[in-house]
Amino acid sequence: MDSNSLFYSLELVAGSGHTLSVEQRTALQTSLVILKKNYKFHRVLFWGKILGLKEDYFIAQGRGEDEMKDKKNLYSFNCMDWFLLPPATESMIDQVSKASKKRFKGDPSYVYEHLEIRRQGDEAEEEIWTKVSEESRLAVTVHQIDEEVSVVPRGAFIKSPHGLVEVNRSFGGLSRSEAGKIDNFLHFCEPKNLKKKSIMEMAELNPALDFLDVLRDDIPKGSWSLQFECASQVCVLRSLLWLGLTFYHVPMTPQHGYMYIGDGIKNLDLPFML
Amino acid sequence: MDITDGNQNTDLRLRSAESFKAFLLKSSSKSGLNLYDHITRLLIKVMNEQPQNVVDVIEDLSRDVKQEYYEDKQSTLRELPQTTAEELLAEQQRALFSHPEDSEHEDELVEIPLPNVSEIGFYLEQAGVGLGREEMQRIFLALKKLVESQALPRCRLWGKILGTESNYIVAEADYREGEEEDEQITEEVAEERDAEMEKSQENEMDPLPQSTYKPPPVVQKEAIGTGANKFVYYVCKEPGLPWVKLPPVSPVQITVARQIRKFFTGKLDTPINSYPPFPGNEANYLRAQIARISAGTQVSPQGFFQAGEEEGDEEDEVPRENCEMNPDFESIPVAEMAESLSTWVHHVQHILQQGRCTWINMAVKPGEDSNEDVEDEEREEEPDEPEPEVGPPLLTPLSQDAEILNTPPWSSKLSSTLTSQHAVAVLRSNLWPGAYTYAFGKKFENIYVGWGLKYTGDGHSPAVPLAPQKEYPSGPEITEALDPTLEEEQALQEALEEQQAAQEEMEDTDEGEEEDDD
Repeated sequence: MDSNSLFYSLELVAGSGHTLSVEQRTALQTSLVILKKNYKFHRVLFWGKILGLKEDYFIAQGRGEDEMKDKKNLYSFNCMDWFLLPPATESMIDQVSKASKKRFKGDPSYVYEHLEIRRQGDEAEEEIWTKVSEESRLAVTVHQIDEEVSVVPRGAFIKSPHGLVEVNRSFGGLSRSEAGKIDNFLHFCEPKNLKKKSIMEMAELNPALDFLDVLRDDIPKGSWSLQFECASQVCVLRSLLWLGLTFYHVPMTPQHGYMYIGDGIKNLDLPFML
Repeated sequence: MDITDGNQNTDLRLRSAESFKAFLLKSSSKSGLNLYDHITRLLIKVMNEQPQNVVDVIEDLSRDVKQEYYEDKQSTLRELPQTTAEELLAEQQRALFSHPEDSEHEDELVEIPLPNVSEIGFYLEQAGVGLGREEMQRIFLALKKLVESQALPRCRLWGKILGTESNYIVAEADYREGEEEDEQITEEVAEERDAEMEKSQENEMDPLPQSTYKPPPVVQKEAIGTGANKFVYYVCKEPGLPWVKLPPVSPVQITVARQIRKFFTGKLDTPINSYPPFPGNEANYLRAQIARISAGTQVSPQGFFQAGEEEGDEEDEVPRENCEMNPDFESIPVAEMAESLSTWVHHVQHILQQGRCTWINMAVKPGEDSNEDVEDEEREEEPDEPEPEVGPPLLTPLSQDAEILNTPPWSSKLSSTLTSQHAVAVLRSNLWPGAYTYAFGKKFENIYVGWGLKYTGDGHSPAVPLAPQKEYPSGPEITEALDPTLEEEQALQEALEEQQAAQEEMEDTDEGEEEDDD
């Protein structure tokens, strides 16, 4: 969620059970402004918190000119001193998915080790060690969560004819009935399913607004929980795939945002649980 | 002549202007508008608003004017205001803010056993847990209504369980004195009905092969007020909506709940489709999870509770059931609480493997149930008597909690490092993500906000269904054998013929011998 809206939007997301203490909130307000200046971001978001066994990581995200491509993630322990996370590459993602399945420890220099023994023929045994530091695991987790479950309402972002994705300044918010339908929410990442749509479906879409995947096409169906909270004033979407991701939107206002507070582990048992 | 010419020209022009104006005033056959009025309205709008770069946006303005015109026409129909869900909820929540009608003065004298939820909310916010200030306030008022309507001796906010369609807010309360259970009666009636059905089927048809399957005896529920049923739980969807009482939990529900992993939907009567099949609907599943979470994560600073009075002799096997508040409790400094886990103790009984808190020996059972007398005899013949299950006794410190899957079961820390003199000690459970406890001086509180699921590490592997059972005992009449092949038959025939030939020879020689003998 935007750092400007931090002081009221935390109440809206608190229905999932997690908030920040007043001290952390004030620290964030100061440090995010400094961060924005130092890194020359257009917008700074407080992305969320990943809970580790010993320490929790606070994650912030800075956005540049293109909202989708210019993203940088930073982490901190005390909401004041921020460290840059490396961008997640394919090889990193592979390594992390092999090596680390347990909870985050809370120590960024902790190394996860994973041994794979490959047999080639009858004799040669290759021992392949994959070593991943917790910092890279953190970077990959943040990247995966953004790819898979980041949500925006339809119309909040516009794709300019040059291909730049920008904030839509004239977004007035979804109406209350629109906010109750999951069709109006989109994934904020490179679209994967968009090209598979039939021509008839594409005819109704507006290329400036509908350039992202719809939440409704997520598999398995029912992996999102849409509710109205806070005396039915706020529309809240919770992901069941990554437990802890909460998206909020106040209908008829441009306020929206998402935050992840959780242990950073994907819920692979989802098909059993529905 | 020039003047008349001039007049004629102006006349012509005037006339062509008038005819053009008439043309402009001509109503369109499709929409009933005419261009003259439309352009008039458009220019008035441009005069009023004076937008920038008006020539670029004139088409949009024109479209807007047309739309506005349409809306004016149709608004002669009055719209019936439909009450939205939001308004309905607001009406219901308004009731939270009303005073009780009678007994206003009496309330001031009588202590309402209400927890100070605002204070709890403040400390929880320091710990980073919470539902938002306004929501906590609404929950506070809703709890007050609950206590008043049900006359509960004691009540506490247990927490919130999230569901896919709606959430549950859970309150824990003590049972009123003299409450009885209506649930057991319905279960027994269901058993009798099943037995009758089986008997009637047998009379109608030829006797079917009897199934040799005997279900294991059902572990009895604990009486209300003891063990897992020590407290009664009320749930509601949103503060302001009526509270629903959850039924007491039975051990078989707890054992099955340990094996399945399901989300809550938010409706109490949803059936739970799972394997092993869960005996009950979502209300029972919710109650079972609440029982497990309470048993696993309700902790208090050491010394806050002391062992209650025990009846009779102390036996090592009987776990302590009651603990009382210690009037001489001295608060432990917060820094110590955040550092070591031995300053915290469990104050709710651990649930045994069996699903109960006090172990019951299933082998020795009074023969009340007619269906299960036969099984009792069979069981007594077994050589091993089941050993009593023992769990950690009440008031065990957390440092003795077992590590599961290489993760320590608890994480503790101070709520703030900058102002550590006034910080709160926070404990977070790693087994039940969402369970938090805070302690500050003499005050402490437990709360659970989460999905109601335990941390299972890598993944949940559901129970495999049993192999299909053999229905017939295998004997020679039913076992299949291969038909003999042609060669085997021929070989058998040859062997028989040889035997016959040999026998005949034998007889001949016998006769021959006899003849010789004579």
